[in-house]
Amino acid sequence: MHAADGVTEVAPSAGAVTTDRSRRRLIDKMYPHWFYIPAAVVYAVLFIVPTGMAFYFSMTRWTLFDSEFIGFDNYVLFFNRPALVSSMRNTLIYAVVTSGLKVVFGLLLAVLFTSSIRLKTALRSIVFFPVLVSTVAVGITFKVLMHPSDGLINRTIEVLGASGPSWLTDPNIALLSVALVDVWKGVGIALVIFIAGIVSIPEEYFDAVRLDGGAWARFRHVIVPLSRNATFTVIILSLVGGLRSFDLIWTMTGGGPGFTTDVIASAIFKQYQAGFYGLSTAGNVILFIAVSLIIFPLVSYFNRKELDL
Amino acid sequence: MRLLRGVRSWWVDVVALAVAAVVFLVPFAFIIMTAGKEQAEASALDFTLPADWRLWENLVEVLTARNGIVVTALKNSFILTLVSVALIVFVCSMVAFVQQRRRDKMSTFVSLLMIAGLIIPPAVVPTIFVLQGIGLFKTLFGLILIELAFAIPFAVIVLRAFIGTIPREIDEAAIIDGASPMTLFFKVIFPLIRPAVITVVVVSAVFIYNDFVNPLYFLPGDENATVQLTLFNFQSQFLSRWNLLFMDVLLITIPPLIMFIFFSRKIVSGLAAGAVKG
Repeated sequence: MHAADGVTEVAPSAGAVTTDRSRRRLIDKMYPHWFYIPAAVVYAVLFIVPTGMAFYFSMTRWTLFDSEFIGFDNYVLFFNRPALVSSMRNTLIYAVVTSGLKVVFGLLLAVLFTSSIRLKTALRSIVFFPVLVSTVAVGITFKVLMHPSDGLINRTIEVLGASGPSWLTDPNIALLSVALVDVWKGVGIALVIFIAGIVSIPEEYFDAVRLDGGAWARFRHVIVPLSRNATFTVIILSLVGGLRSFDLIWTMTGGGPGFTTDVIASAIFKQYQAGFYGLSTAGNVILFIAVSLIIFPLVSYFNRKELDL
Repeated sequence: MRLLRGVRSWWVDVVALAVAAVVFLVPFAFIIMTAGKEQAEASALDFTLPADWRLWENLVEVLTARNGIVVTALKNSFILTLVSVALIVFVCSMVAFVQQRRRDKMSTFVSLLMIAGLIIPPAVVPTIFVLQGIGLFKTLFGLILIELAFAIPFAVIVLRAFIGTIPREIDEAAIIDGASPMTLFFKVIFPLIRPAVITVVVVSAVFIYNDFVNPLYFLPGDENATVQLTLFNFQSQFLSRWNLLFMDVLLITIPPLIMFIFFSRKIVSGLAAGAVKG
């Protein structure tokens, strides 16, 4: 079936040609292209077309009713206004930090939960549950828990005899505080992917280190190298999420203090709210160029390095 | 020696598990306890049990606040979720079926579009512009179509992977029996892909119900409120009435919790499947 084209060219026996043709006709008839149409219309009108239009409208001064072409002015503005420049830097920091921490904690939790502890299924569910809770709810909850004087986190630190930082109001750490909450909420997905990865490692590899190594050897020489595919998946997934993230940051800090937690997605929203539609759209184009430049090369690199177990 | 090592790693496990439990359970305990308190008690933000559980009174107060906007929001969110999910399943399974069964250029092109859709963030203002052009901006139906459009890549990928496990011989048997494409798909194939359909239903339902960004952009305004927007706005409206704010948090977390209790395995496998392909 798959080699059908090649076969008919090389060996043009009459029978093969007719069955092949009739088979193809059957395929055309039984799997009609019009099955694509409902999805294609919605996807084209609401995703592909707006994405294409973004490139044009990002070069205009735009009121939604009319637009005036101004070339690259919006981009120039984006790269010159300090608040917008810092939003691009923050986006990168946020994406890299959340993605890195999700790999580290996801892997550690996965190792913990695949070892022989009876409570592990229950705990696995508990770690996974925040994935399903709304980001706004998580944001509100942690905003309260991270309150500098009354929040549970700093009160606990006080009991231990130290004093906690102003998590969300100190410009130096606010972005990292939000990133930590993002990791808390999202590490469950990383955990699930790593568990699937570790479970699929053939037993022989563990046997090989069983004789002369303990838990550390298992971790260092078997689990880490052989769950590489899971690591790639977690990195890609959390980078895509991290670069686009908006709701948690918007709920917890609104981009503040100052602009220290603004990311591209929140800058897009702010410019939209202020009525600068062209500038907002330029932010959008910058965001999808950034995402494409980071994710597509990474995906193809990971595909080449993929491991066949 | 061996025994000793066993004991030590056992302790490491226990401590690590205890820390994980505390880190992941305490925030939820905090939500429930605060939601049960009386206003003055809640404003202390203490991690304590309420002196007197007032869950019911607080619930009634949240539901009746601002002319029952939470009830409206729940209704809107349920309609949004149900209709979007139904459309996602219907429309995406048709695509997945044809795309998996045909191996032509079109099929490869569709794959590329799906991967692009998973990665590229939507362009906000141009989407509003298009919605306005077709008269669907600020309508619930417009938002439903938006949720459908953005869910297509994930749903198609998950469904296609599952259809790939259904042998073509089944199609051929139906075709010999004289089935039309519609009968082949809806009567024969669709019932067989139920596990993947359940995964898509559950994952996209939770995702759409929890969606904040798309309602924020495409369905602003009080009469159209969805639960996430209402919750967000309650932050300023219930200023320092933490008991009511957390009652709202608790209330809107219940639907995902129910989904989780019944379908956690489906959700986990669905996310892993979508993730691996992404």
